[in-house]
Amino acid sequence: MKKLILGNEAVARGLYEAGCSFVSSYPGTPSTEITEAVAKYPEVYAEWAPNEKVAMEAAFGASLAGRRSFCGMKHVGLNVAADPLFTISYTGVNGGMVIGVADDAGMHSSQNEQDSRHYARAAKIPMLEPSDSAEALAFAKLAYALSEQFDTPVLIKMCTRVSHSQSVVETGERVECVKEYKKDIPKYVMMPGNAKKRHPVVEARTKALIAYAEDADINRIEEGADHKVGIITSSTSYQYVKEVCGDTYPVLKLGMIWPLPEEKIRKFAASVEKLVVVEELDGFIESHCRDLGLSCTGKADFPNIDELMPLSVASKLSTPWETGVKLSEAIPPRPPVMCAGCPHRGLFYTLKKNKITVLGDIGCYTLGAVAPLAAVDSVICMGASVSGLHGFSKSQQGAMDGNTVAVIGDSTFMHSGITGLVNMAYNESNATVIIVDNSITGMTGHQQNPTTGFNLKGDPCAKIDLETLCKAVGIRRVRVIDPYNLSECDTVIKEELAANEPSVIISRRPCALLKYVKHNKPLSVDPDKCVGCKACMKIGCPAISIVDGKAKVDETLCVGCGVCEQLCKFDALQSPKEV
Amino acid sequence: MKTQNVMIVGVGGQGSLLASKLLGRLLLSKGYDIKVSEVHGMSQRGGSVVTYVRFGDKVYSPVIDKGQADYIVSFELLEAARWTEYLKPGGKIITNTQKINPMPVIIGAAEYPESLEAKMKEAGIDLDALDALTLAEQAGSSKAVNLVLMGRLSKYFDFPEEEWMAAIEASVPPKFLEMNKIAFKLGANA
Repeated sequence: MKKLILGNEAVARGLYEAGCSFVSSYPGTPSTEITEAVAKYPEVYAEWAPNEKVAMEAAFGASLAGRRSFCGMKHVGLNVAADPLFTISYTGVNGGMVIGVADDAGMHSSQNEQDSRHYARAAKIPMLEPSDSAEALAFAKLAYALSEQFDTPVLIKMCTRVSHSQSVVETGERVECVKEYKKDIPKYVMMPGNAKKRHPVVEARTKALIAYAEDADINRIEEGADHKVGIITSSTSYQYVKEVCGDTYPVLKLGMIWPLPEEKIRKFAASVEKLVVVEELDGFIESHCRDLGLSCTGKADFPNIDELMPLSVASKLSTPWETGVKLSEAIPPRPPVMCAGCPHRGLFYTLKKNKITVLGDIGCYTLGAVAPLAAVDSVICMGASVSGLHGFSKSQQGAMDGNTVAVIGDSTFMHSGITGLVNMAYNESNATVIIVDNSITGMTGHQQNPTTGFNLKGDPCAKIDLETLCKAVGIRRVRVIDPYNLSECDTVIKEELAANEPSVIISRRPCALLKYVKHNKPLSVDPDKCVGCKACMKIGCPAISIVDGKAKVDETLCVGCGVCEQLCKFDALQSPKEV
Repeated sequence: MKTQNVMIVGVGGQGSLLASKLLGRLLLSKGYDIKVSEVHGMSQRGGSVVTYVRFGDKVYSPVIDKGQADYIVSFELLEAARWTEYLKPGGKIITNTQKINPMPVIIGAAEYPESLEAKMKEAGIDLDALDALTLAEQAGSSKAVNLVLMGRLSKYFDFPEEEWMAAIEASVPPKFLEMNKIAFKLGANA
């Protein structure tokens, strides 16, 4: 059956058809929909793990038990899971194991644009790289076959433009695939004596995989009329090359990005006058070509910064290209903002007002760094707010006490904030962690997590009690506030910062976009009372603007949270009166 | 058939993903090769968003680059002006005249440009501007701006109305079906 589906949904379909029965992932743009889509098949057990390391280890456990398993994550998630990754490479698998990683060139929703292909090489694990949904489906199935044939986990590398583009696929039937569990200490217990014997197995496997890569159909040569130039490419870059050049030049399209073939590349290079490598981010294929002693052009022409686009490929391959009319008018940018009614807004306003240093974290609340709130001082990675706060505060030997906090979301706290908090309690920081608990994983599009009381399939499940958890790790002062209540926020933050021990404040209110959250009627402005002081503009609410010197509330956006009302000294902003 | 390119642009949260889903469904039923490229994640939070829809005999790139778009459907006036460079010579911009201030304008760091419709026309752009918000409200919900604009786009394609209706039925929940169909027709006939 023909279907138009996202690359991520196509991976999910491939997992399903290949008989995968265990999936454990952590959400992260642009990888999230793989796991959301596969969870819809009743034959597949699928879950959100608290983080990528846990997910990968769980998927390994399922593979060990004889099941075809999968774990999915974004590029930076693979950093978190790198520890098991490098050793699962040594043990190999029982049931096939596939790891999906989605890169975000252009940083549409990420804190860096690292190139995950380096992990395949470093961990000595084969990596497949589809260029559209049809390949995503086919490669997911092939990945299981390779995993079991070569006794290795297999990486499938996606990128934003393959993950989040829909294209046409032909779907097939599911084939069940289960193996017996057999105890095998030398293979699965990676203590030095055993691991020493496994490393040569890994090196031999890579050689066998190179031989596979030489003949594999997924590394294919597409003929071209003009052999003055020959292009090696993969992933979405392949699509841009074909868009721009059509069948003009021969193309070596690589579907397996690690290990790379040697003879096939040499032969292709010998058949053309000039070898050009077109790839996104780092010169990964290019370096391989140079290692083979081939002269080629790559990153000298195509940037290793940001995503490639058809025009940037065209301009370097001397293809004429006409652009449209650019207006002379300056068009103001439209950066992402916190939604109207976002519960994080009142909290960040209070932190900014009190001139508090804020170590931030990964989530919607990273937007607390954007003007006019501009309340966040640093953002690095999942969990870094809490551990960073400890170092910041300790190193100042008391000078910054009472003035520094970490702000971390509920899901991010579960992911890797807890260990940082353990460190604060154990090594006695004197600082405050604020957990912004909006009852969901927000930024990635509303995924459940261990604090929400529901699992990936939507069934009720155990719910972590944040207050009890914080107390159990040794934090004695734990308070809960409503971020819509500015005076409560202000009082509690001041009290906790004044205390002479580590503390946690849970700023609790569900995300305003959750379907079950009931919105209040929009506020209105009394033009006779509004003096145009712009106090209400300090919170950066997209529903409020100043028109003809007076505040104006956009009724289509306002959800009646009432935060702006608390800032108005003239009672000009009014909630509708209850009837 | 030569590849046709449609860009759907707007502000995160305006419902452009439903518009591209609807268009994709229709085109799949017509047997075209199709690519639809979307934006998820942080950019969806009230930022400038763009969806690319491409169809024809064989489609390679999932994205549309400068000078390639046959149609740009914009959910907001400033967003129409932002993407004019992507329009093909002879292409058309269909835009909602609704204005939504971006944060730099809200906080006074920038001005929302004046008379954008006139300026786009002066620059030689073929512009079809309509008040899609008012029409959506007439249909029953300000959220139906996406269907109003898809209705408007349908005027420029040769697909029969029943095929559009079938795609709408497959894309929206039954509860909102009638309202969305009305919005589509208001857009087509405005």
